[in-house]
Amino acid sequence: MSSVTASSPRPAGQQAGRGAVVQPAWVRVTHWLNALGAILMVMSGWRIYNASPLFAFRFPTSLTLGGWLGGALQWHFAAMWLLAVNGLVYLALNAATGRVRRRFWPLSPRQLVSDFGAALRGHLSHDDLARYNAVQKAAYIGAVVLLVIMVLSGLVLWKSVQFPWLRGALGGYEGARLVHFLAMSGLVLFFLVHVAMVALVPRTLRAMILGR
Amino acid sequence: MTPRDAVLPDAGLSGRDRQELVKEAGRLLAAPARRRLLRDGLTLGGLAMLTGCNVSNSETAEALLMRFSRFNDRVQGWLFDPTRLAPTYPESMITRPFPFNAFYEIDRVPSVDPAGFRLKVAGRVRQPGSWTLEQLATLPQQEQVTRHICVEGWSAIGKWGGVPFKHFLNLVGADLGSKFVGFKCADEYYESIDMPTALHPQTILALTYDGQTLPPKYGFPMKLRMPTKLGYKNPKHIVEIFVTNDYPGGYWEDQGYNWFGGS
Repeated sequence: MSSVTASSPRPAGQQAGRGAVVQPAWVRVTHWLNALGAILMVMSGWRIYNASPLFAFRFPTSLTLGGWLGGALQWHFAAMWLLAVNGLVYLALNAATGRVRRRFWPLSPRQLVSDFGAALRGHLSHDDLARYNAVQKAAYIGAVVLLVIMVLSGLVLWKSVQFPWLRGALGGYEGARLVHFLAMSGLVLFFLVHVAMVALVPRTLRAMILGR
Repeated sequence: MTPRDAVLPDAGLSGRDRQELVKEAGRLLAAPARRRLLRDGLTLGGLAMLTGCNVSNSETAEALLMRFSRFNDRVQGWLFDPTRLAPTYPESMITRPFPFNAFYEIDRVPSVDPAGFRLKVAGRVRQPGSWTLEQLATLPQQEQVTRHICVEGWSAIGKWGGVPFKHFLNLVGADLGSKFVGFKCADEYYESIDMPTALHPQTILALTYDGQTLPPKYGFPMKLRMPTKLGYKNPKHIVEIFVTNDYPGGYWEDQGYNWFGGS
């Protein structure tokens, strides 16, 4: 357990050993606020999508938020502040505490392939929750990147005139619309796999709620 | 010399407005207030999931969402750069046919008699009065091929021509320090916009579509065309324009759409 203690910071006054902090309070708070913000954004976003579907399907109304387009837009443009401000706090604290380096570095493609194979065979160890395997690292970094893409493409959709450089980079208004949809799809896929993995290793849920 | 210079650099906000904006931002960013917002958000989120995600009837949720919408109006006014232009496109990219869209079906498009038509100009202007279509046609005209973006998400490229709205406002002696320009329409639609957007170089009082007199389905006799605004902010069949400091609202805004509604 000494490796756990060494690799994760814990607030002063807390017991070492078995009870060492796996997820510090700021990670837990930002994680759950992000979960709430992302869920509100996706559910209201589906309602907005349904008003003018990009593809030949609509999302089931029961899975959407807002009741009608105007209500969904209100939720979307309120929850965006939660998602964006909380996301910035998360990124800033990751950088400031050095957690991003400690938890996510190093990540090699070879490690990723070998851990992915082990995961499929059910051979990955989760003895030490404070050490992410390469698949976890890639998935969590991927989720953060997708969220950043969602925010940037959302900015172009919201303010198509005010961010010409960003608009150009994303292929114009219609390009940004597609990027916004694809990033959402990736994020929902992450969410489904993430929840399934938590169901397989429930101790991770405990760690993300209680910290250890 | 022109009142524009006095109005545009601060996006049309008076000193007091700007102070209020800064204060509001400060309040929202202050830690206790943020915690309160986040706590309320958590409660609403939990409520949303328990009730099958339909809390639109909840007064608390609605009031909070409306507050966010008003806050977003202020943020958007602050983000608005009056010199930033919407992209323009070659005529080959015009969407054909350009979609008809209104809060009613196409068979209910109002028919306006061009001979008897008078555009009423009222409110905070030095020269209130009425304009015939012939008079409007003699004013300087400007054409644009721009993207119309609907609040639903779809977009289409069209070509509009008409009088630069800033020119028209100057002509009638509008008080450019006023907060709003309001519109009343022949189809009972009503709308209002912020003064900085009214003075934007691409905001035109459109009299033509694709080189032809504006057809009824696109808003005859005139439509305010603003490529910086979503479709519902662009009123069609305009019969009255008024300048005011009293918030006039809008057909969709009064049902919950965001008032700024654009880029």
